[in-house]
Amino acid sequence: MQPMSAPRRHAPTAALRRDPAPTKWAYRMQRLWLTPLFRFGFRFGLPVVLLAGTVALVLVDEGRRAAITATVDDLRTQFQNRPEFMVNLVSVEGASPELADAVRARLNLTLPLSSFDIDLVAAQARIQELDAVERADLMVRAGGILEVQVTERVPAVLWRTEFTVEMLDATGHRVASLAARGDRPDLPLIAGEGADAATPEALALISAAEPILPRLRGLVRVGERRWDLVLDRDQRILLPADRPVQALERLIALDQAQDLLGRDVLTVDLRISHRPVLRMAANALNQRRAAQGLLTSGSEL
Amino acid sequence: MIDLYRSQRAMRNMRRAALQRGVIAILDIGTSKIACLILRFDGPAELADDGVGPMAGQSTFRVIGAATTRSRGVRFGEIAVMAETERAVRTAVQAAQKMANVRVDHVIACFAGAEPRSYGLAGEIELEDGVVTEQDVARALAACDMPDLGQGREVLHAHPVNFALDHRTGLGDPRGQIGNRLATDMHLLSVDGAVVQNILHCIQRCDLELAGLASSAYVAGMGSLVEDEQELGAACIDMGGGSTGLSIFIKKHMIYSDAVRMGGDHVTSDISKGLMVPMAVAERIKTKHGGVHATGMDDREMIEVGGDSGDWEKDRRQISRTELIGIMRPRVEEILEEVRDRLEAAGFDHLPSQQVVLTGGASQIPGLDGLASRILGQRVRLGRPLRVQGLPQAATGPAFSAAVGLSLFAAHPQDEWWDFEIPTERHPARSLKRVVRWFKDNW
Repeated sequence: MQPMSAPRRHAPTAALRRDPAPTKWAYRMQRLWLTPLFRFGFRFGLPVVLLAGTVALVLVDEGRRAAITATVDDLRTQFQNRPEFMVNLVSVEGASPELADAVRARLNLTLPLSSFDIDLVAAQARIQELDAVERADLMVRAGGILEVQVTERVPAVLWRTEFTVEMLDATGHRVASLAARGDRPDLPLIAGEGADAATPEALALISAAEPILPRLRGLVRVGERRWDLVLDRDQRILLPADRPVQALERLIALDQAQDLLGRDVLTVDLRISHRPVLRMAANALNQRRAAQGLLTSGSEL
Repeated sequence: MIDLYRSQRAMRNMRRAALQRGVIAILDIGTSKIACLILRFDGPAELADDGVGPMAGQSTFRVIGAATTRSRGVRFGEIAVMAETERAVRTAVQAAQKMANVRVDHVIACFAGAEPRSYGLAGEIELEDGVVTEQDVARALAACDMPDLGQGREVLHAHPVNFALDHRTGLGDPRGQIGNRLATDMHLLSVDGAVVQNILHCIQRCDLELAGLASSAYVAGMGSLVEDEQELGAACIDMGGGSTGLSIFIKKHMIYSDAVRMGGDHVTSDISKGLMVPMAVAERIKTKHGGVHATGMDDREMIEVGGDSGDWEKDRRQISRTELIGIMRPRVEEILEEVRDRLEAAGFDHLPSQQVVLTGGASQIPGLDGLASRILGQRVRLGRPLRVQGLPQAATGPAFSAAVGLSLFAAHPQDEWWDFEIPTERHPARSLKRVVRWFKDNW
């Protein structure tokens, strides 16, 4: 059956309808947008300029700048002073009580203090300035504890200078002063200018002088160059500047074979390796002369 | 003449600059559609997987943007309404730019109309010192006597087709050869100057710069004739919407070009008038049911014509396909006969090869090849454009052979007259050379 309503007719303006086309400006804008330089400028240059301009405008006023700085500082202080970051206690481990006190004094912290305000590297340097400290490790532990792990220097020799007696470790670094040599009778004694710098050599000599250790009084550095071994009865062994340990071992071998040091000898001069020289005491010399039949009466030597 | 020489040289330099930048647009201004391709030149590509290597230089570029839009304001391949055409060009260029995502500034355009006319010119000179130099070639080209083109006509193409040196003819490049007399044959194509001016103006109004101008028939031949057809001789018939261009190629040179001012739009308008339907409906009926060869089956195939009148009888009209073919066939025959007349006038019968290639949008009518072979001779085939990298599937049909050929033209233009040096005689700045020559000749 035919519908009563007429079929829908197209608007009579259809003939006038133009095909879609970009307007001149849309076309131009698209071409402009496809230009690489413009595109870069629009995407990066323009935002950067705008941002920089805004920041500059805000910061150009002195008061605003100060306010911003104050706010930032305030926030920062608030954050740093939170209880989680506060250090309440310094624990020093691995040190004797006196040294621990010295370390605490050196740290010089007014507790409680935020851990942000503690310059651990500087504190470590300060502690390591102490002569008795070989190495210090600082660590902020949970619970607000600043732990200082100290490795003490172990005294190896005593160094007698003109006025004081110092304890030195095996490398020759000062550990502490002593009031008297008798406080540490277990440590060997060295003396002389520049003796501390040659401490390892001195320790090697002392260990080489094991057989004559009961007679050893100490080592004397001569001319910051070589060692003299001083025994009791004012006997001296003059060691060469180079390879002194070998020279000493030779002498000890000689002593064990012929009991050289048990005799009335003042000095044994080993400075020239192929020609050791003995200096005998006056009595021994006279006895030797008498034994040789030489007249010795009235002579001092 | 010198003016034309300069403007063509300027266009050639612009084309070179565009190639340097690597991006150029191809604009095919047709009566029924405006196609824009954007090409990127990035050196020769390596062999594809299917073993197809560079054949006609189409591997040096890649199509990165393609767009077509319905043409408006163009009639017979000429701009009739400037503002409408400008809008259509803008639409096509904008869509292609959007697809390619680059901005193009240089455009090479082709158009079908403007009444192209072919001239064969001959020039001859005596060589001065026995060896052909670039100057001698230029002089030989300049020695061609210029025909009277007529009022307001301009030269679009001027190809040196052949060089002859002392009875040795068929030379492609005579430079460096020895002889006494250099003769040249040149093919010159003139078009209506006002049409060219209109196209120039239209492209300028779209903020683009014209880097080259070509005849649509010529580039359609470049795009759809295969290499042996171009070499041995063939005619390309580009059946467009408003005009049908024809070009004859031999030895890879165009030797004749002409245009018939009839095309697919006339078939549509015949259908529109015969069935009393709007052009859009007629176009739809033509593309969907059209043909040129009726069979018994077509009597039974009924086509709804439709209408918007509100009258039931009119809106429910049906026609058989035979009737439609009866409307279309006379017009197609008329076009092909006109083409045959033009080919005969050009002496196509005397060419060694009688190959005819039909291309263009209107060549897609089913059965056209059978009809054309009855009118134009036995060797007719339907041509499609060459394969080009990156060309969308939608743009590979015969309607795009002019656009694809224009791409090839942009990549590898043939030498034209203005690509050679200006001969010394015409060059005012080289008078010193003339003085030297005068002394040489007289002492």
